[in-house]
Amino acid sequence: MSYTRVDFQTDQEVRWCPGCGDYTILAAVQNFMAGLDIERENVVFVSGIGCAARFPYYMNTYGMHSIHGRAPAIATGVAIANPRLSVWVVGGDGDLLSIGGNHLIHALRRNVDLTILLFNNQIYGLTKGQYSPTSEPGKATKSSPAGSLDYPFNPVSLAIGAEATFVARTLDMDRNHTTSMLKAAHQHRGSSLIEIYQNCNVFNDKAFIALTGKQERRENRINLVHGEPIVFGADREKAVVWEEGRAVIVNRASVDPSRIIVHNAHAEDASQAFALSRLAHGPYGPTPLGIFRDVYRPVYDDALEDQVTRSKAARGNGDLGKLLTSLGTWTVE
Amino acid sequence: MDNENHTTGSAEPHLGAPEDAGGVRVDTQDRMVIRFAGDSGDGMQLAGNRFTDAAAIFGNDLATLPTFPAEIRAPAGTLPGVSSFQIQIADWDILTPGGEPGVLVAMNPAALMVHLEDVREGGILLINEEAFDERNLYKAGFESNPLDDGTLAGFDVHLVPMETLTKAAVKGSGVSGRAVLRSKNFLALGLLLWMFGRETEVTARWVEKKFAKMEAVKNANLAALKAGYNYGITTESFSRQIEVRPASLPPGTYTNVNGNTALAWGLIAGSQLSGLPLFYASYPITPASDILHELARRQNFGVKTFQAEDEIAAAGVALGAAFTGALAVTGTSGPGLSLKGETISLAMTTELPMIIVDVQRGGPSTGLPTKPEQSDLFLAVWGRHGESPLPVVAASSPSDAFESAVEACRIALKYMTPVILLSDGYIATAAEPWRLPDLAGLPRFEVPFAAGPNAGDRFLPYLRNMETMARQWAVPGMPGLEHRIGGIEKEETTGNISYDPENHQLMTDIRAWKVANIANDIPEIEVDDPDGADLLVLSWGSTSSAIRAGVGNARNEGIEVAHARIRYLSPFPANMPTVLSSYKQVLIPEMNNGQLSRLVKAEFVTPVISLNKVTGVPFTAQEIAAKIMELAGR
Repeated sequence: MSYTRVDFQTDQEVRWCPGCGDYTILAAVQNFMAGLDIERENVVFVSGIGCAARFPYYMNTYGMHSIHGRAPAIATGVAIANPRLSVWVVGGDGDLLSIGGNHLIHALRRNVDLTILLFNNQIYGLTKGQYSPTSEPGKATKSSPAGSLDYPFNPVSLAIGAEATFVARTLDMDRNHTTSMLKAAHQHRGSSLIEIYQNCNVFNDKAFIALTGKQERRENRINLVHGEPIVFGADREKAVVWEEGRAVIVNRASVDPSRIIVHNAHAEDASQAFALSRLAHGPYGPTPLGIFRDVYRPVYDDALEDQVTRSKAARGNGDLGKLLTSLGTWTVE
Repeated sequence: MDNENHTTGSAEPHLGAPEDAGGVRVDTQDRMVIRFAGDSGDGMQLAGNRFTDAAAIFGNDLATLPTFPAEIRAPAGTLPGVSSFQIQIADWDILTPGGEPGVLVAMNPAALMVHLEDVREGGILLINEEAFDERNLYKAGFESNPLDDGTLAGFDVHLVPMETLTKAAVKGSGVSGRAVLRSKNFLALGLLLWMFGRETEVTARWVEKKFAKMEAVKNANLAALKAGYNYGITTESFSRQIEVRPASLPPGTYTNVNGNTALAWGLIAGSQLSGLPLFYASYPITPASDILHELARRQNFGVKTFQAEDEIAAAGVALGAAFTGALAVTGTSGPGLSLKGETISLAMTTELPMIIVDVQRGGPSTGLPTKPEQSDLFLAVWGRHGESPLPVVAASSPSDAFESAVEACRIALKYMTPVILLSDGYIATAAEPWRLPDLAGLPRFEVPFAAGPNAGDRFLPYLRNMETMARQWAVPGMPGLEHRIGGIEKEETTGNISYDPENHQLMTDIRAWKVANIANDIPEIEVDDPDGADLLVLSWGSTSSAIRAGVGNARNEGIEVAHARIRYLSPFPANMPTVLSSYKQVLIPEMNNGQLSRLVKAEFVTPVISLNKVTGVPFTAQEIAAKIMELAGR
């Protein structure tokens, strides 16, 4: 069966603010889904609470709009109870990194087959503008009039530290890049996390201007491509090299080309991916986008299913009558 | 006075005519309470469990009460480190693990210090005398040695050099060093088996199987067991054996089971009766963890278990599994139930079937993790935000945990609702003989799966069966039934987000009515009232056994008293108003500060007398009988 975008739209009116970055992400996901050879009934979207979390209501698949922070846990249950499903998690930075941080890191380390879309707008939108765990230090908001004292997470570093097997970053404004990240994440079996920089034009407008502005994006986007040397800049005049154990940005002309890091997203060791994630602590200057890490590790859902299958093969299908007598019995006449 | 009396007998234990058995007197008794007590490293739980099996296979009725320290290994020899196991065996249908022990096995001074005050006057003390050195006496808080300062006057004291005997027995078995003395629990067990006229074969077979891969340990334990038994035969200090004859229980096949195991098996039965795979998600917590352990071993039953990162995740993972059509269960104890509340509310409003097991323990907060309490009843019935009613089912004994679990599954699936299944720390770890049910006779469950679109070519997730008010269960993978559910209020039938005031009122009313209506689909409460009494004792949960026994004791004293046990605490059985109005007085004993009492008072606007206790120790029949007698003016 082939689908078009319309098949993935619901009859529900989309109620994000006009101009919200969520619209472009929704369109990208619906288009992407239509191009897959996967039946609509085998797709499940699970979300927590927040603006982004309305997403399942707009996808004509199975879906659950659940509890603030708990989507990775609920989606884990969906995925391991039925490993034949394609399970997606949608949440914002408050949802997945603050109240739901614990579930996120544990889903990633277990490598449950989930594709997690982290809509990072660096603000609490639904509650009207408090600082989030990705807001820049010192950010003045309604709940931090004198400036936020929180030091933010770097979501990509966090995911890599949590043993994630697939970690990527993209941008709401760049539909093609978003689609290519969705494609790669979908092909990856196991947990995938895509951090999507998403503009909240009401409470945190232009937070990503360093990557979306006409001139700025040419200067600051570091596009990570597996197997290619990491060079960027308006005239590709910058490069990333190792220096004292760190990845650092240098003028390309100042180094021997052999010193430029060739991106290896498939390296089993996560050190290089982590080092690249440290090139930017937030979208304020040169910032890597693309796939940081994409490696294989046994998938939780498959491994559990395999244990059940092997147990049945080795011991036969469970017989409850036998189980009830397994501790020894005696008979009263 | 012992705490539970044979309903046809007198208040005092039956002492049969002493028989002469080759110089050894045999006392025949209708029951006996035995307590094993020692350091938590002394293997008292193991010895108690082996004795339990030997008694069960012999045909005694029995009830047990294991008591552990909350610490895994409190410092050796200290009072907090004492672990004990009590068993009551009887030749009749016994209901409780009994009160005052007639036999105490004390492996060290701390065990004697903690337990001596409970032992019946004239009771038998089996003491490991070699543990009574200055250091251990000091740690236990004895100022002088109780073995020779007159403390034990009035008891039938047997000082046994357990360590010397064990060392001698295990010589040549291959164990050495500190491992040698580990077998001394088997020495004590062997002696006790002799004392109660049991053979060692049942225990020996168990040892051979359990330690099959540890030749030396196996040999040491067998040797110690035999040595203890022979010590009884040959030592002149033992001139008395105790006989407790087999009980006349209803015909059937019996096994000996604790409540956590029976509950786990009940969930597996629920899976088989519904044809749905069982999915159990849990976070380790005392005293519920053994349910997780038991189910984790049952993958060949199609069971999937999941150890979550926290209590909230365990509930969420179970809810996710429920969305896919599994029989989803999460298990915990009180602190975990608090954390799961938000997810249970979501399960309630999305109307997905799910079972939440709460093995209650002493609270609040960490409270008494290894002791039972019934103080989560309010939390189960009311402990969620918003109007969030759901069915609550309570198991009353280890074997009843099986049937209660089956019932929880049936209700959850038929009515598409989360159900809370209450157990407690006593039911969880105590054991009793269980007459195995006829599995073939259990009815298959109705599961309201959607067969296809239910409104023309559309699927409306909140269209209901007008009899049960359950919505249809459409699970991912069913083509054409794609739908979205969630925590925001749902429009009637379509399930779309709705903030409409009238709709919220309607949906709140429907959800409440759906749960209330379950009252018509559960058994009415049965009142045990042979005499047409004025006083009704209501019980729920694990206190039910002691209450039944206490009621029996009071009747033996000529008091007319009725008893009814409530398994279904929300909604209450339909005949509750009729039953309550048939009695002049209603007494509700509970291990809490009156939670069922308040529920009954609020729901039925009727006066209730409460008997409350939160000591972490189950009620004894004696305590119940005393209250009944007080109310009867005796």
